[in-house]
Amino acid sequence: MIVKNKLAHLSERISENGLQLPRLTKIKWLSFPYLLWMIGFIIVPLIMVLFYGFTNKEGNLTLENILLIASPINLKALVLSLKLSFISTLICLLLAYPLAMVLCSTKLKSNNFILLVIILPMWMNFLLRTIAWQNILEKTGILNNILSFFNLPSLNIINTPSAIVLGMVYNFLPFMVLPIYNVLSKIDKDIVNAARDLGANGWQAFLKIIFPLTLPGVISGITMVFVPSLTTFVISTILGGSKVVLIGNVIEQQFLKTVNWNAGSGLSLVLMIFILFSMAVLSKYDKGSEGSNLW
Amino acid sequence: MTTNKLINLVNISKSYGETLVLDELNLYIRENEFLTLLGPSGCGKTTTLRIIGGFETPNTGQVIFEGKDITKIPPNERQLNTVFQKYALFNQMTISENIAFGLKIRKKSKIYIQDKIKYALKLVNLDGFEDRMPDSLSGGQQQRIAIARAIVNEPKVLLLDEPLGALDLKLRQDMQYELIRLKNELGITFVYVTHDQEEALTMSDTIVVMNQGYIQQIGTPEDIYNEPENAFVADFIGDSNIIASTMVEDKVVNILGTNFPCVDTGFGKNKPVDVVIRPEDIDLVKPEEGTISGRVTSLIFKGVHYEMDVMANGHEWLVHSTDLFPVGSEVGIHVDPFDIQIMNKPESEDEQAAEINE
Repeated sequence: MIVKNKLAHLSERISENGLQLPRLTKIKWLSFPYLLWMIGFIIVPLIMVLFYGFTNKEGNLTLENILLIASPINLKALVLSLKLSFISTLICLLLAYPLAMVLCSTKLKSNNFILLVIILPMWMNFLLRTIAWQNILEKTGILNNILSFFNLPSLNIINTPSAIVLGMVYNFLPFMVLPIYNVLSKIDKDIVNAARDLGANGWQAFLKIIFPLTLPGVISGITMVFVPSLTTFVISTILGGSKVVLIGNVIEQQFLKTVNWNAGSGLSLVLMIFILFSMAVLSKYDKGSEGSNLW
Repeated sequence: MTTNKLINLVNISKSYGETLVLDELNLYIRENEFLTLLGPSGCGKTTTLRIIGGFETPNTGQVIFEGKDITKIPPNERQLNTVFQKYALFNQMTISENIAFGLKIRKKSKIYIQDKIKYALKLVNLDGFEDRMPDSLSGGQQQRIAIARAIVNEPKVLLLDEPLGALDLKLRQDMQYELIRLKNELGITFVYVTHDQEEALTMSDTIVVMNQGYIQQIGTPEDIYNEPENAFVADFIGDSNIIASTMVEDKVVNILGTNFPCVDTGFGKNKPVDVVIRPEDIDLVKPEEGTISGRVTSLIFKGVHYEMDVMANGHEWLVHSTDLFPVGSEVGIHVDPFDIQIMNKPESEDEQAAEINE
């Protein structure tokens, strides 16, 4: 019945206008630049990486680049990267959540100021911030100068994994605070009051009501800290010297020093799998489509 | 027949920063009564409710519950439950999880909880809604779930903060009857906050009229309506004609130059007073039969009655009548002495709050 009607309608239109293709609407014209960008700068490079990853220098198909990850040095680097980015993400979460809660309960005026202070470092160059930490942490750096002034033993933090965790946390903390604060501030205070009214003490209200409601923000924050931490090579170069080698450094070396693009691509692809995997796991927890953004 | 004072508010004061919201408020609430805090926005009624519920702490004063001082006790330890204005349902939980929330906190058994959920849903006429999510429900349904969630914990007192505000008129009227039915079935004390005088008059045993942090009058709906104690109450509840007059002597008041017989005594001689006459209490008669006479200046059909403005003795009188008097007609005004309510003029700061806000 419906099909009959549609056919009748279609034949009517054809007989009126001749067989014409529907005109492209304005929106479709507007999307062309983005389509070009996506193809040129995302899809094509991805295909190139795939190509290099699965071929050797002679151009033959091989899995040796992918399997490079299994070599002891690379595996160690990957494990260390996973470990450090996991620890950094955890520290960021443990620091950011209480901070977001404090921000939510203070008055409005000082609120904006504190938020500004948190975001301020992001306005400065990433490299500069990290080099600043190098200055602070090195053997004759600012920290050790202060310690020796008080006749305390000097700390050897630079060029250790701890320095890298410090660098990661410092650089990525705002990315954890803001999404959590965003979601937290939108929670209706009466929802919390209702939980208290029904008998929940502060802790129960937090676990059962507040935390689940902030989960989209937490997921967002975790993603924005974990992924850059996992792939960084700048932080490990500046704060780790050549002593701490992360997977990011390995890939960098393959591309810049060894000039083995195949190996570098292969390792990158493996890393991408890890990231996709962790994002898939995280997205399971973000049931509501309310994934909050940084801005 | 004296029923217990279940809740006693003693000298409660509350300020938010510089603003004084409540000033030494004293109020008691009896067991099993339906008490309504009625007043315009900002009068302090919601603050009072929140202080009873424990969501705000008063700057001074005490909240006494069954003889015990609960002022410092947090909301989760008070034997009251609240129905919030915007329902405050937990949107990520199902209806039964919402209702079961309080019971689970108190570690009731699974069977007990299941029974209670069924009972609560039946009570609010929403059987079968156990597995629905709150945002799939209409406003009225959400409101009923909020009520179910509160009463399932068997509180001694149910606090309701303008729960019917977001509903349309018909639904609001239905819910009013529902609430009365619930109160009678459950036998618990209801403390209700609203700015809608019709709600207050329909449902309450006792109405507490508030303005600017002070209690203006406490009484039954009939007392409040028929015998308002000051200009504010008279103006806030129902329509009224409030005219500055002079109490000539007992049982005689001079309104706009003419003496009217009335029934109030004890105001003294030649005392300035405010007079309240309800528009439905004014009889329009032939000009020669009325105490004063005037001309109809406006006529509006309101369904229930006609609303007319009558200009008489220099004052525009508001009249409600089922009889129609066309604009321009000469009429006489007659008021039964019993229907003339005399009030004192405001004298102190307390009473200034009793003045009508224009």
